[in-house]
Amino acid sequence: MTGFLLQRLMQAAAVIVAMSVIVFTGVFAIGNPIDVLIDPGADQAIRAKLIAQYGLDQPLWRQYFAFVGNVVRGDLGTSMVYNVPVVDLVFSRLPATLELVLVSVTIAAGIGIPAGIWAGYHPGSLSARAIMALSVLGFSVPTFWIGMLLIMTFAVQLGWLPSGGRGDLGQLLWFETSLATADGWSHVIMPAINLSLFKMGLMIRLSRAGMVEAMRTDYVRFARAQGLPDHQIVTRHVLRNISIPLVTVFGLELGSTLAFAVVTESVFNWPGVGKLIIDSILQLDRPVMVSYLVMVVVLFVLINLVVDLIYARLDPRVRLKGGA
Amino acid sequence: MSDTTLSEGGPVPVPSAPPAETRATRLRHFWDDYRRAPMAVAALGLVVLMLLLSFGAPLVAPQDPYDMAALDYADAFLRPGETGSGGYVHLLGTDNAGRDMLSAILYGLKTSFVIGLSAGALALALGISVGLTAAYFGSRVEALLMRVVDLQLSMPAILLALVLVAVLGQGVAQIVLALVVAQYAYFARTTHGAATAERRKDYIEAARSTPLPTHRVLLRHLLPNVMPPLIVVATVQVASAIALEATLSFLGVGLPLTEPSLGSLISNGFKYIHTDRTWLSIYPGVALMVTVVAINLVGDQVRTVLDPRNSR
Repeated sequence: MTGFLLQRLMQAAAVIVAMSVIVFTGVFAIGNPIDVLIDPGADQAIRAKLIAQYGLDQPLWRQYFAFVGNVVRGDLGTSMVYNVPVVDLVFSRLPATLELVLVSVTIAAGIGIPAGIWAGYHPGSLSARAIMALSVLGFSVPTFWIGMLLIMTFAVQLGWLPSGGRGDLGQLLWFETSLATADGWSHVIMPAINLSLFKMGLMIRLSRAGMVEAMRTDYVRFARAQGLPDHQIVTRHVLRNISIPLVTVFGLELGSTLAFAVVTESVFNWPGVGKLIIDSILQLDRPVMVSYLVMVVVLFVLINLVVDLIYARLDPRVRLKGGA
Repeated sequence: MSDTTLSEGGPVPVPSAPPAETRATRLRHFWDDYRRAPMAVAALGLVVLMLLLSFGAPLVAPQDPYDMAALDYADAFLRPGETGSGGYVHLLGTDNAGRDMLSAILYGLKTSFVIGLSAGALALALGISVGLTAAYFGSRVEALLMRVVDLQLSMPAILLALVLVAVLGQGVAQIVLALVVAQYAYFARTTHGAATAERRKDYIEAARSTPLPTHRVLLRHLLPNVMPPLIVVATVQVASAIALEATLSFLGVGLPLTEPSLGSLISNGFKYIHTDRTWLSIYPGVALMVTVVAINLVGDQVRTVLDPRNSR
């Protein structure tokens, strides 16, 4: 297990280094940020001073090592637009995104898994086909368009819910969150549903596939022969067996929900990290872009690593194959 | 050993692609299976209709939305059904620049199709190359290529495409390139999976033992047998490329409104979402949704037909 762990850790580190180089050089290729920053009327002396201040006169590799050195010290640079340290900027936006993701993932799992199990238990029935048709819609219709339809229906036409922004904040345990106030909930529910639809489609498909597969197996047949009622077979035996892939995908999808939040946050004007990255791309705010992307890469590598390790823990075959 | 296999001296007979007439019958069998789902037939018809209308847009559309001279600000924000200065009825209304929405949607649909189809085709070609190379050569090459592919698959395509477009800049070619890089991994994974299964079969061993060049074995013998799953992935990926392009344009990093794709039209309509000018966003949105869902339905049925478990 130690060898396996070491090997995976090294791989993860290599990936992070490679990706940070790619991201850094890639982002460097975009325009000259100094043109955006400096008033075109500024004279050469001010220009040169600012260029030196941001280190833009240095060769690319030196800028990269300066960046890495700063990152190791916990300094991701200063936003060129907001003039605030990037770390502070991202962390001030993170709670909004996290609460959005949390609510949407809960909705996706809470509706998607039972619906998928139902569809897998009664395959071919009318309700099952309706559920599957809905999952295709959630899968294929672009998120931003559904978001717009939600706004048009519930905010503009019916006027039930606000069309965007984050509501009043309240204190919940140690956190300042909009989930503590009614106004906050009225703001979060529509974007959360919007963000959950893709994931819900995925959960429906996965749990249905697992269910159909499991109901054909011998242990279900034996349990039936034993005279166990179906609801007991499903809750006691089948559910336990199909939960492993569900949990895995659930974990992996947490990361991609953060990415999809980019779209939902733009539609609903939600002041989270996703909105921040779009704004920084449009404004060429290079330090924010690079730091956000490196953070996303680190997040994905960590999630992959954890999933790999959990697998290795659960299934010795993975451990032996990977360690060899 | 070699004297027995190569004793004739001439080219060694190797199992190759089936002759044309069986291919035609296979196509007919495929169609017989496909049309059992009426929904999928309707979806296919819709896709064909959309393709014809969009690529025939210069003939069908009442106006050329690219032609700034044809636009008149006096026609701005006409409701659906109103008649503008051009003397014809704007069935779906006009936008803030006096652009006929029906024409803009048809031209936009064409842009979306061009981007979706070319990104799909290029990603297919790149994915096949990577997947076949990995499966055929094995060992180190395989480990490296597939590790990269797996890492890319774990990252959402939208994020990758967003970053690439930000780096490459706006324009059709840039978007296609970003989509190809974001999507080739799906094809590579599918090709690799199917090809590793085929590689162990006797006919590939037989072909490899002949003096045929490697690329011929790969392209003429291995590739035809890994195509079915790839066709399914390709359908889904074209739909997803169209949706991705629309999303990027909506976020403001895709195509500008002077080159209307469905996404930029919707994005423009989004500015008026709080007014009663809903036709600006609803109609292009419906066109996008219908296109994407119809292509997906076709892909679903193709998957069902090609699935060996469902064969008679």
